[in-house]
Amino acid sequence: MPTLIDFRRRIRSVKNTQKITRAMKLVSAAKLRRAQERVFSARPYAGQMLEVLRSLARRAEVRRHPLLAVRPEEKVLLLLLSGDKGLCGPFNTNVIRLAERFLEARRNGFEPQLITIGKKGRDFFRRRRQALAAEHINLFVRAVEYRQAKEIASQVIDLYTRQETDAVYLIYNEFKSILAQRLITEKLLPIEGILPTRVEGGAAVPGKEAYERPPTQPAAPVGEAPTGEVDYIYEQPPAELFDRLLPRHVEVQVYRALLESAAAEQAARMTAMDAATGNAEEMIERLTLEMNKARQAQITRELIEIVSGAAAL
Amino acid sequence: MLPTALELQIVTPERLLVREEVHELQVPGRDGYMGILPGHAPLLSELQMGELSYRKGNHWSYLTVFWGFVEVLPHRVIVLAETGERGEEIDVERAQAARQRAEERLKRIGDPEVDLARAQVALQRALIRLQVAAKAGGPGALAPGRLPEEPTHVP
Repeated sequence: MPTLIDFRRRIRSVKNTQKITRAMKLVSAAKLRRAQERVFSARPYAGQMLEVLRSLARRAEVRRHPLLAVRPEEKVLLLLLSGDKGLCGPFNTNVIRLAERFLEARRNGFEPQLITIGKKGRDFFRRRRQALAAEHINLFVRAVEYRQAKEIASQVIDLYTRQETDAVYLIYNEFKSILAQRLITEKLLPIEGILPTRVEGGAAVPGKEAYERPPTQPAAPVGEAPTGEVDYIYEQPPAELFDRLLPRHVEVQVYRALLESAAAEQAARMTAMDAATGNAEEMIERLTLEMNKARQAQITRELIEIVSGAAAL
Repeated sequence: MLPTALELQIVTPERLLVREEVHELQVPGRDGYMGILPGHAPLLSELQMGELSYRKGNHWSYLTVFWGFVEVLPHRVIVLAETGERGEEIDVERAQAARQRAEERLKRIGDPEVDLARAQVALQRALIRLQVAAKAGGPGALAPGRLPEEPTHVP
């Protein structure tokens, strides 16, 4: 039978934990707001980029560009976006598990290559003794910058144009709403029809209606009246323009995925920490109840002792 | 009938800079500055770094843009800049400091540690920023006496 002092100690310890989880929740809520803003403000660029690319592809002879070249998919490269830190519910586990399944399915005589972003993914695959083509960590410590996406994209483009890989896939958590992240498997290269194809990688985590934000649209091009198929005036050969635009497009895709993942991570952490705070609350209530029972039992016992002591006299 | 206004959108990967109806604009195209009026023939060009200005009614606004693309259609213009900022947002002190740093580096020509091309680009950037800030006349803009010299645009 634990004594009163034991209960008090446990309650205090749970309260301290609760303080931490509550603080973490608040911090990630603030970070989430910023991350969310960045996701939204990056959308116009991605949308307009597509618009311009499509517009150009419609008008100009799209010559065979190395980034559009489709080869039989033998050597596959996977870009995995995980987080740097834990304590965010199933965020990392889910995405890593999906990546693992993906790699398993693609083992076809050629070992699939892997580039990890975030410490969690790297650590997991290192323990598995999986060779990593490259790793990027600490991207999410501060706000993701475009230059980081550029670096990753150029690495991937380089591997692709040197024909060391035949297809590049992205796996990441998409920020769907505060309570739901969606796992996305997306083909990055070869660029298909100037639109990445999307494969739904996992069911969305159902969230409470009340918290649900309006569904996020995949960077849709702004509705436009048909512009007429007149040719452009070019300041330089269209092929050269295409050469510049396509890598930029890949950068933007990577950048967008990074932002999505960053926002999804904060959302997952916020939800996880909210649940943890709730659990702590529940535990405190239960312990308090038991402590009161124990105290009453003790008082009763003392009373009986006094009464029976008096009766014996 | 030709349109009388242009729908201008300037975006960077980080954010939407401008979304406005304008009547005239100037962009730093690859081969020099281009003036664009409503009804312009479709055009697609790369941008270099420079000053982008647009007129709405009688009011001119100034921005910096550093690389990217511009697509012109008769009724709208999309600018995809790699980075850019509105004139009012420019941190003049920072640009001054960057300019000094770059100039000092350029004085040490021949020093193997100095990346000449990079220093030149840095100087250019700083000068463009200062020029745009001065024109935008935002808080902290240069006093008229301290106007920086016209930057020469990279060939």
